[in-house]
Amino acid sequence: MESLKGIAASNGIAIAKAYLLVEPDLSFEKQTVDDGNAEVERFRTALEKSKEELKLIQSHAAEKLGADKAAIFEAHLLVLSDPELTGPIEEKITGEKTNAEAALKETADMFVSMFEQMDNDYMKERAADIRDVTKRVLSHLLGVQIPNPSMISEEVVVIANDLTPSDTAQLNRQFVKGFATDIGGRTSHSAIMARSLEIPAVVGTKTATAEIKNGDLVIVDGLKGEVHINPAADLVEEYGKISEQYELQKAEWAKLVNEKTISADNHHVELVANIGSPNDLKAVIENGGEGVGLFRTEFLYMGRDQLPSEEEQFNAYKAVLEGLNGKPVVIRTLDIGGDKKLPYLSLPEELNPFLGVRAIRLCLIEQDIFRTQLRALLRASNYGNLKIMFPMIATLDEFREAKKIFTEEKQKLLADGQQVSDQIELGIMVEIPSTAVLADQFAKEVDFFSIGTNDLIQYTMAADRMNQGVSYLYQPYSPSILRLVKMVIDAAHAEGKWAGMCGEMAGDETAIPLLLGLGLDEFSMSATSILRARSQIRKLKKTAMEELTKTVLQMQTTSQVIEAVHQATK
Amino acid sequence: MAEKQFNVTSDTGIHARPASLLVQTASKFNSNINLQYKEKTVNLKSIMGVMSLGISKGADIIISAEGSDANDALKALEEMMMKEGIAK
Repeated sequence: MESLKGIAASNGIAIAKAYLLVEPDLSFEKQTVDDGNAEVERFRTALEKSKEELKLIQSHAAEKLGADKAAIFEAHLLVLSDPELTGPIEEKITGEKTNAEAALKETADMFVSMFEQMDNDYMKERAADIRDVTKRVLSHLLGVQIPNPSMISEEVVVIANDLTPSDTAQLNRQFVKGFATDIGGRTSHSAIMARSLEIPAVVGTKTATAEIKNGDLVIVDGLKGEVHINPAADLVEEYGKISEQYELQKAEWAKLVNEKTISADNHHVELVANIGSPNDLKAVIENGGEGVGLFRTEFLYMGRDQLPSEEEQFNAYKAVLEGLNGKPVVIRTLDIGGDKKLPYLSLPEELNPFLGVRAIRLCLIEQDIFRTQLRALLRASNYGNLKIMFPMIATLDEFREAKKIFTEEKQKLLADGQQVSDQIELGIMVEIPSTAVLADQFAKEVDFFSIGTNDLIQYTMAADRMNQGVSYLYQPYSPSILRLVKMVIDAAHAEGKWAGMCGEMAGDETAIPLLLGLGLDEFSMSATSILRARSQIRKLKKTAMEELTKTVLQMQTTSQVIEAVHQATK
Repeated sequence: MAEKQFNVTSDTGIHARPASLLVQTASKFNSNINLQYKEKTVNLKSIMGVMSLGISKGADIIISAEGSDANDALKALEEMMMKEGIAK
């Protein structure tokens, strides 16, 4: 039995067979064939098999995952039916007497490099399509199987190097019980996805794909961040008990679903949820969320080939507002750029996308996109308690400009005789240090702050949160970060406004006592963290945490802070 | 030979879905069907050919068909493009 250590990315225990989402060996040698016609036949057979396989996957995906998820396979089928691709391959086989593998690879590579050289993200993704279908046909020529995650039909634990959004889109939630990856951290896409799907996950194991084979029995311990491969019977039994205890603990927390979040000395805070689509509402309600603190609207824009219309957006926002039944819903306007791309917008490549034209910067340039979203939001505002926040605000001018556009669209709608709520609060994300430092000035004009710690930490520490080499600098408990958080909260309160937090830190067990002490009003986290956080806060005294915070703000290092929190709360 | 000029109205140009629809419609006919944009001409039954042109909104394109069902093909393509808001 072997065990791997990684980062606990999503709570819970999963025990199931491994499903490796890893490519098989597709290497081959270029050869000369005697009978070109027979080789063409071999190629055509592989092509037909690939098409059949794709049709099967496509219909399966359309049925289980929705038409939009199936569209990618339709694109693959079109590529395989393309005479401009198959023609030259067959000519190469008969003319140059090369084996089918080499003829396919060389021809496809030519197209791939042609598409990759185009100055357009959408075209570059088509290069990936060609590469994908080439692999599929190659696998049939070589007689090996490539993984088709959308076809999984038994309970498995998915093992991968990393899970991309398109990988996760293909996974069937019913059968995927957990996953483990080689790379990634708590804030990488795969980790956030696991928490929103409520499946246990361990990321950053470094060697999961090398150590684990298809069909191995695997335990994914998302509580401790461990993965056990082909465990002994007694360990399986032990984990059965741990899993049971965890379920009991969850049942205990579940009793708090309808309770308010009140500290031991009677101070109320709001525990709200981060969501990505109306589908996440169920989890918010089941976990006793007091509202939504962050609706990441970019997911409405991703995984498709054109912008969502005003009507589509209106329906999504309306569904969330109605679903929350008058509870506050903070919707963040489009935050695209950085690690989140929209291929169909063909935005120019940037050297430092995290420091480039992303979020509000993009929206203030591409105003059509921004205005469409604001109109959809304004129209939806009648259906609940809507608050809007702008991401990546660095200067007051940016906020004023965004607010001006918002007001213009509001006036237009009113002039058209449409109903719009008069109570919409406008706030900003605080994720850039310049804004945290100048929070006292911002607080005079905004209705609220929401501190986005994932980015605030990376920008304050100048440490790319995707880069494992500098992951030690991702320090939410650093006194420097805590001082910035304090500045923002104090600034809000001085102007009678509220301050929330929607980064990972808001749901973190070590951070919660500090945030309570700093006076944070609203904690927004994965829905599945809410009950645990509520249970924790009910045991804490705000006055004691205020004392703790005073000491901690004068400390020098993160490790001192962690030690102090543990001492004060044990 | 039948031939007609169109102006692209789709926001995303002729990428993705519009390109797929064009190729799928063209593939139903026996005629040789070509798409001309600027000085380049490609086979309209080839998804990679069509996408390699990188046609954006507002572009003028010419579709030509040659063969027994050339007129029907052109008509079907025109109807599909109008219906889907791809070109006019």
